[in-house]
Amino acid sequence: MKATLDALQRDAEGLGELRLMEVCGTHTVALFRTGVRDLLPSNVRLISGPGCPVCVTSQGYIDAAIEAAASGEVTLCTYGDMLRVPGQRGSLEALKARGARVVVCYSIRDALKYAQAHPKEQVMFLAVGFETTTPASALAVLEAARLGLERFTILSGHKLVMPAIEALLADPQADLHGFLLPGHVSVILGASPYRPLVDEHGLACVIAGFEPQQLIDGVARLVAQIKAGAPALENVYRAAVRPDGNPHARAITQQVFVAEDTEWRAMGVIPNSGLALRDEYAHFDAFKRFSLSLGADYDPPGCLCGQVIQGRVQPPQCPHFGKGCTLTQPIGPCMVSSEGTCAAWFKYARRA
Amino acid sequence: MCLAVPGQVKEVYGEGLERLAKVDFQGSRVEVSLAMVPDAQLDAWVLVHAGYAIEVLDEREARETWDYLKTAGLYDEIPPALEPKP
Repeated sequence: MKATLDALQRDAEGLGELRLMEVCGTHTVALFRTGVRDLLPSNVRLISGPGCPVCVTSQGYIDAAIEAAASGEVTLCTYGDMLRVPGQRGSLEALKARGARVVVCYSIRDALKYAQAHPKEQVMFLAVGFETTTPASALAVLEAARLGLERFTILSGHKLVMPAIEALLADPQADLHGFLLPGHVSVILGASPYRPLVDEHGLACVIAGFEPQQLIDGVARLVAQIKAGAPALENVYRAAVRPDGNPHARAITQQVFVAEDTEWRAMGVIPNSGLALRDEYAHFDAFKRFSLSLGADYDPPGCLCGQVIQGRVQPPQCPHFGKGCTLTQPIGPCMVSSEGTCAAWFKYARRA
Repeated sequence: MCLAVPGQVKEVYGEGLERLAKVDFQGSRVEVSLAMVPDAQLDAWVLVHAGYAIEVLDEREARETWDYLKTAGLYDEIPPALEPKP
């Protein structure tokens, strides 16, 4: 590890400020928790992008989910991270405390089991997440069809990583030198979808895992590419990421979902950046079953989450950070989610 | 949310998209879907995300990751057990 850090230090010298973006909430947290951020050369800046699934979910989706739970018509199953995100009518956690049927699931398979055990209830699963999580939702829909679970639906808020990166880069103010690419999204995607970042945008790109050595290797390779003036697409997480990713997982996703234009928090509607159920599986589409529509996207008053997820602002620049907005009293999703950038800064870097 | 944890396949049952496994996470056994890793056999090491194995891993690398998770105190990332530790 020391040899890599020494090489990184040498390579970074004299290059000016190097702006590297990670687009995976798990990376954001790991970079802080492992202390790797503190080991990097002072001119290497890591910027968190739109990589936290809960944080990038538009407020309209969150309000629609809370509305559904509040209606009493459905039992709402969700990954734990969504529970505390505040909406216009409070959070799912607050509704649950008041008696609404909200079930926290580790896996969408738990929601299927709940639906099997409670055949009279309408069971709606909040299907959020990037490419790592999407195949699980697709498999659950296929399983629900096989089991004839007539009252099981998903509210798809699934999103794709590359369209969001492209949208960020379309902003003339985006000033980035490279991307630390997400490890477990890449287990599914493989490397090739990222090619345009190198070929068209001339950016350094490295796929990395989550252990300290992986994170340091990833940053070191990015800086080495920049120093050599030779941007490339590298993979230091070869233990898990095959060049072609996991084609079985992608085929399952494609069987059930189709790309659609989707709204992201503060980033607006990004073309073909989300996933909707195909017509064959419309029966499992909570939007259709319950005639739900997405309201407006907005940030809570004064909250800068929308800017934070785009890497335009760092958490301490938000007037609420550490004052009105803390882990125990979060105002926006970037403080609520365990993978949110504000939560990571609050936990690990409050003095920074 | 995209974290995945390595474990070892100890029991396989079902077929095709309904193929399941009992996966051992150093003592805790969890039921996991093998639908995305049709090549995973008994005793294979798999990377598990939210109840689904997403890739087959080399044993040495899987053990290294596991040791790291353990020393870093990341037990909160390990899926809830089906059965208590034997």
